[in-house]
Amino acid sequence: MEPLIKFTNIKEKSVLPGFGITVGFTILYLSLMVLIPISMLFIKTSALTWPQFWEVISAPRVVASYRLSFGASLLGALINAVFGFLVAWVLVRYPFPGKKIIDVLVDLPFALPTAVAGIALTTTYASNGVLGRFLEPLGIKAVFSPLGVVIALTFIGLPFVVRTLQPVLQDLDPEIEEAAACLGANRFKTFFQVILPAVFPALMTGFALAFARALGEYGSVIFISGNMPMRTEITPLLMITKLEQYDYTGATAIAVVMLVVSFSLLLTINLLQWWSHEDQPN
Amino acid sequence: MSTPIITEKKWLRILLTSISLLFMSLFLLVPLGTIFYAALQKGLLLYVTSLIEPDALAAIRLTLLTATIAVPINLIFGVCAAWAIAKFNFIGKQLLITLIDLPFTVSPVISGLIFVLLFGAQGFLGPWLIQHNIKILFAVPGIVLATIFITFPYVARELIPLMQAQGNDQEEAALTLGANGWQTFFHITLPNIRWGLLYGVILLNARAMGEFGAVSVVSGHIRGLTNTIPLHVEILYNEYNFVAAFAMASILALLALFTLVAKTVVEWKL
Amino acid sequence: MSIRVHQLKKHFNGFGAVNDVTFSVSDGEFVTLLGPSGSGKSTVLRCIAGLETPSSGLIEIDGEVVTKVPVQERKVGFVFQHYALFRHMSVLHNVAFGLQVRGIPKKERNEKARELLNLVGLSGMEHRMPSQLSGGQRQRVALARALAPEPGLLLLDEPFGALDARLRKELRSWLRKLHDRIKLTSLLVTHDQEEAFELSDRVLVVNKGLIEQDAPPQAIFDQPATEFVATFVGETNRVEGLVDEGTVAWGPFRFKAIHLPQSTKVHVLFRPHDVYVTSKREDGGWPGVIRGIQFLGATVVLDIQMDDVTLNAELPKGVAQISEFEIGKQVYVSITNAHVFALKN
Repeated sequence: MEPLIKFTNIKEKSVLPGFGITVGFTILYLSLMVLIPISMLFIKTSALTWPQFWEVISAPRVVASYRLSFGASLLGALINAVFGFLVAWVLVRYPFPGKKIIDVLVDLPFALPTAVAGIALTTTYASNGVLGRFLEPLGIKAVFSPLGVVIALTFIGLPFVVRTLQPVLQDLDPEIEEAAACLGANRFKTFFQVILPAVFPALMTGFALAFARALGEYGSVIFISGNMPMRTEITPLLMITKLEQYDYTGATAIAVVMLVVSFSLLLTINLLQWWSHEDQPN
Repeated sequence: MSTPIITEKKWLRILLTSISLLFMSLFLLVPLGTIFYAALQKGLLLYVTSLIEPDALAAIRLTLLTATIAVPINLIFGVCAAWAIAKFNFIGKQLLITLIDLPFTVSPVISGLIFVLLFGAQGFLGPWLIQHNIKILFAVPGIVLATIFITFPYVARELIPLMQAQGNDQEEAALTLGANGWQTFFHITLPNIRWGLLYGVILLNARAMGEFGAVSVVSGHIRGLTNTIPLHVEILYNEYNFVAAFAMASILALLALFTLVAKTVVEWKL
Repeated sequence: MSIRVHQLKKHFNGFGAVNDVTFSVSDGEFVTLLGPSGSGKSTVLRCIAGLETPSSGLIEIDGEVVTKVPVQERKVGFVFQHYALFRHMSVLHNVAFGLQVRGIPKKERNEKARELLNLVGLSGMEHRMPSQLSGGQRQRVALARALAPEPGLLLLDEPFGALDARLRKELRSWLRKLHDRIKLTSLLVTHDQEEAFELSDRVLVVNKGLIEQDAPPQAIFDQPATEFVATFVGETNRVEGLVDEGTVAWGPFRFKAIHLPQSTKVHVLFRPHDVYVTSKREDGGWPGVIRGIQFLGATVVLDIQMDDVTLNAELPKGVAQISEFEIGKQVYVSITNAHVFALKN
């Protein structure tokens, strides 16, 4: 009779065909496109000693750019957290004319090239612009100022909060609100004590995504900001400036700092998403 | 949808709706409108003339060329990666997924920087390139490569959740009926993912044509040679040539609107 | 075609789904793998089809070893629980697909597909899309599709699991009639005991990746080989006891347990319909008191308390209508059939 046949499995092999080709090609592509280029960064930076590295990334102009990039991104993400929530709420729950169009347009910052967004926002908020002309008499300078940077970064982050919240709000079981009403809670109480906690993980995720996106943003900011060193110069721009001056190591050092922050944020976002899936009993 | 008992009073609803609409107008609608207004401000003739000016045409040509190369390559990659990730379980799969998401989290200027470090005169491959008289940076190949890098996740990210949701049942059924791998893919998988694929391609194309940050670093901004539409927009704007700048920008804005409409159609179909 | 499975094992990441399964199916037989969810029965079926690769063991189809043969070449028809119809193809196209991949020309394969649709009672539905069909219709299309390439074997993975109870019964008897007509070797997987019994020539009861019994339906019911089989297939009453000189004592009852050593702890199992209940003392039964009566339509279940144990007795409605059966009444119980199983430590 036939002897027993043994298989040694290193991985869980599925019977669907194409494993070798697809995984192999994917890994090859990613190595060429991602791994090798990224490792370049770290190799280049290693040319600097630690003190030198520190000196570069803590120079006053650089630190000023961190403050601006970080601060404006944070502010923009916060604005989006509040108003993005509002927009998501209104889109999910209230009927109004033109709702479909607004819903579609939420994705505009995602689909529109950053340079186009940049010039559009600048022209709109300039002192002779359609909206800017109302701000001028109030003494508010919306372009060539940190405020302009905040405006641009709010624009960029808008879809992230709305799109993360919409499905969660949609899936909220109306029965929990009905239960709260039966127990005597008015709408305010219900909102703050029942609804908000339920969607909080999604809100946090949207906020983190908007924040991460804003930190690295370039095209939509450089037109409206004015790019004045120490005042309205964002970190990505400073990096490019150094590059144009052939200060490769300086540019790389700053890039490494940005990368580290990005990765930490990415990790946080993944953790947040894992946390929010833990909560939903799906 | 809410029943009458568990929704807010009418005045509150109207207030909240109005605030949201105001917010959307301030940040989205007005700037969007400004693009077209500024482009057509001085009349249709000037609009068209700006677009057919030689440097503008060169920018359009370069953008189209870049998209024509980047889209098919990233499409193939996207389909392969989605198949690998959705149909199989293997060690390192999560890492692969994170790597695919990388261009999303990294600033585009960092991507550009990496290319300079790789291909620049002082870069890793610099001396070799000079030796063989190959110009990547500040030339068309650099722009194309940078664009491919920035946009490669788009099709994959669209297809992976779609294929995961659809499961393997139909493919397994096809196999039991005697189909081989390619037959299964073309007759069964592809028709099932066609709308997601189409949207992924449209989005990929829009991003490829609109990429600014990374391309800005590697292009060298040589008028008529290494400028894409977004870069050309920047140059025109900085020269205060507003009508021309917005005319070019309006092309991209229309493309963006088209992408949004496509998304709606696809979602309706799915 | 015949199937032979020898010492089949399959683990997923260290979890043993199939732990050592050996059985065969003769040509033309209808065999069912019956077991609770997670018992490994679907995994066995998928290994035979080639949709899973065994960790070890042997699979033979018609005398040929197929363990390493890819699924496309095994020529088995497979019917999935959730139909797995090709959503974007018409019914006709779905059924003809297996012929299409073999390169059979369009005219021929469409004709064959129409024939099969006729066989499953769906003529006229050729151009409908799967989304326009009901669950029962979809499953019949799936069956027609599986039969089109004339496989030697039909494998069905809980084919009626997604349908409602009445539809299940209808399709069940229809499938049995179909099998009687075409006599195709069939292997079905289900957790529904009624389904297994109605359809099969033989039933394999599967639990935790192992086969507990391999026998025709009546034997499974009347002579369960293990406690699991006895409790899984039909209702049981259970009583604990100890073996003493080849017998187990419980009240006035003595159960034979000759094959078990002295002082083994055992479970004695007997079915509710094997409990004979009467209100007449002279029939020699053990006294008990009726504590509950449940009318289940065609039968009546009595909860009878005997000392510290409560038994369920099931009586046909006719018998139970005698007014002597009411709550609180004293009755006399005897047991006509029982099974003794040693407890495993």
